[in-house]
Amino acid sequence: MPEIGAIAQKVRSKNAGPFWLTIDIFCGDTDTYHQIVEGLSTERVAQVLQTEPHTLKRFDIDALNVIKISLPRPVVQGHRSDRDMHGAAWAALISEIDIN
Amino acid sequence: MTRVLIPSGALGLDYDKEALARGVEMKPDLIAIDGGSTDSGPSYLGRGVSKYARSSTKVEWKGLIKAAREANCPLVIGTAGTCGTDSTVDWLLEITRECLEELGFHAKIATLKCEQSPDQTAAALERGRVTPLPGAPKIDTQAIAACEHVVALAGAEQINAALETGADIVIAGRTTDTAIIAALPLKKGDNAGGAWHGAKIGECGALCASNPQSGVLMVEFDKDGFTVHPLAEGANATPHTVFAHMLYENSDPFILHEPGGHLDVTEAKYVPLDGTRVRVEGSQWHVADAYAVKLEGARVAGYQTLLMATLRDQHYVKNSQAWIEDILQKHAAKVADRMGLSHEDYSVELRRIGVDATLGALERRDTSPNETGVLCIITAEDQQTANEIGKLMNPYLLHHPLTRDEEQPTFSFPFSPAEIDRGAAYEFCLHHVLRLDDPMEVFRLEVVDA
Repeated sequence: MPEIGAIAQKVRSKNAGPFWLTIDIFCGDTDTYHQIVEGLSTERVAQVLQTEPHTLKRFDIDALNVIKISLPRPVVQGHRSDRDMHGAAWAALISEIDIN
Repeated sequence: MTRVLIPSGALGLDYDKEALARGVEMKPDLIAIDGGSTDSGPSYLGRGVSKYARSSTKVEWKGLIKAAREANCPLVIGTAGTCGTDSTVDWLLEITRECLEELGFHAKIATLKCEQSPDQTAAALERGRVTPLPGAPKIDTQAIAACEHVVALAGAEQINAALETGADIVIAGRTTDTAIIAALPLKKGDNAGGAWHGAKIGECGALCASNPQSGVLMVEFDKDGFTVHPLAEGANATPHTVFAHMLYENSDPFILHEPGGHLDVTEAKYVPLDGTRVRVEGSQWHVADAYAVKLEGARVAGYQTLLMATLRDQHYVKNSQAWIEDILQKHAAKVADRMGLSHEDYSVELRRIGVDATLGALERRDTSPNETGVLCIITAEDQQTANEIGKLMNPYLLHHPLTRDEEQPTFSFPFSPAEIDRGAAYEFCLHHVLRLDDPMEVFRLEVVDA
């Protein structure tokens, strides 16, 4: 049960404009890509991000060995309760998920 | 073919001068650089100021004015001064005049202003011309009228209007990142899908290649597509690095909405030409039924005072959650008693740095740190009130005991005074589009000789 961050090449997150967040999992190779695509359900991602699965846009991009997950920002960028202006730390949440 | 030379992802981030000189030798038709984005938060738009240092901006801009003169082509900047308000266009115009004078150059300068009157934007909302994008906050005419600044994002049409004046230098207010690059190829009849796709790939400079910090990139557009050519030593584009750039700051890596339509890159093919350049064809541009531009707006959300303390005593590090909960309760009672304010009048947060300050309730790790920073953020209607609430917080952060019978503890303050007035806090309040009958309807173009 490895953490995603231990097998993927890189996980990054960033704002996609002030109202959206996007998380990119660069798997590095085809085997790891398939391992993560199959081991990481959208429901699990939603649970970790404390949101409903239908709010997530997920793209499994074979040509890049990348899984991309976008979601409306839980708090709009720069709102007084926003803790992460550029959306940098969501990557860590995904990186630390154990997959099957 | 249209060659657009892109020095870097933003003016103020520096560029590789040797690579820029290589680009100039290739005789570009345009040098285009982005000047900003919303990425650093709402304060810049709220105040109408640049994020980057004036000194960096001036040195880099001067280098680009010289490069454009050597290449004998126009120079265009979009989203001048981070946020693209009228004030930041004027700021860069002033810097441009200084650069020209120091270089001994004369130039024709076009300014494209994109700022909107909040009242007129509110009126456009009432007329049904303003519609929300996915994830937009709820707004009404009052919310728009309360904005400090509202800008509309110009597209290729407005940039081409500025280029058609024959200007040597175009200083544009808020534009889409891509418009300044896509405009000229579109005007010259290059492939429309390729123009927008190549512009998206190029908008962050060499971020679409290896050695991404090197900045300088040439994009060559033609009737079938485009070619990406990073110019710095050791910077190479591959089909993977180019396609992967579609992921960057995009919620959808295949679709990109722009004024007047959208780009679809689902069918795009990325082919390596050699170890450095990549050829892309097959991108599609779909014209929209109606022409609309995106709006951004920022308003004051309150005034803030900050305090900071650090806990090093392990008893407090281990029990910091109980400690801050107790403080928040006692502080609220004190504010009510001394100032007659309730929780609806202000907000106060104590964020624990080292524990969950970054992720809050989403944090899943639970390990005990050496020390815990406590960042207190107070937001109130005016600065004086926020500061006063901060002064009522100060004694708790300095001495509050976990239990009544222990000796009074003291915690570490990095500053005196502990209260730091942060000024106005701003918030974004528009994620909407404004429908236009004519692309130039809400934009203002002026030409000056300097």
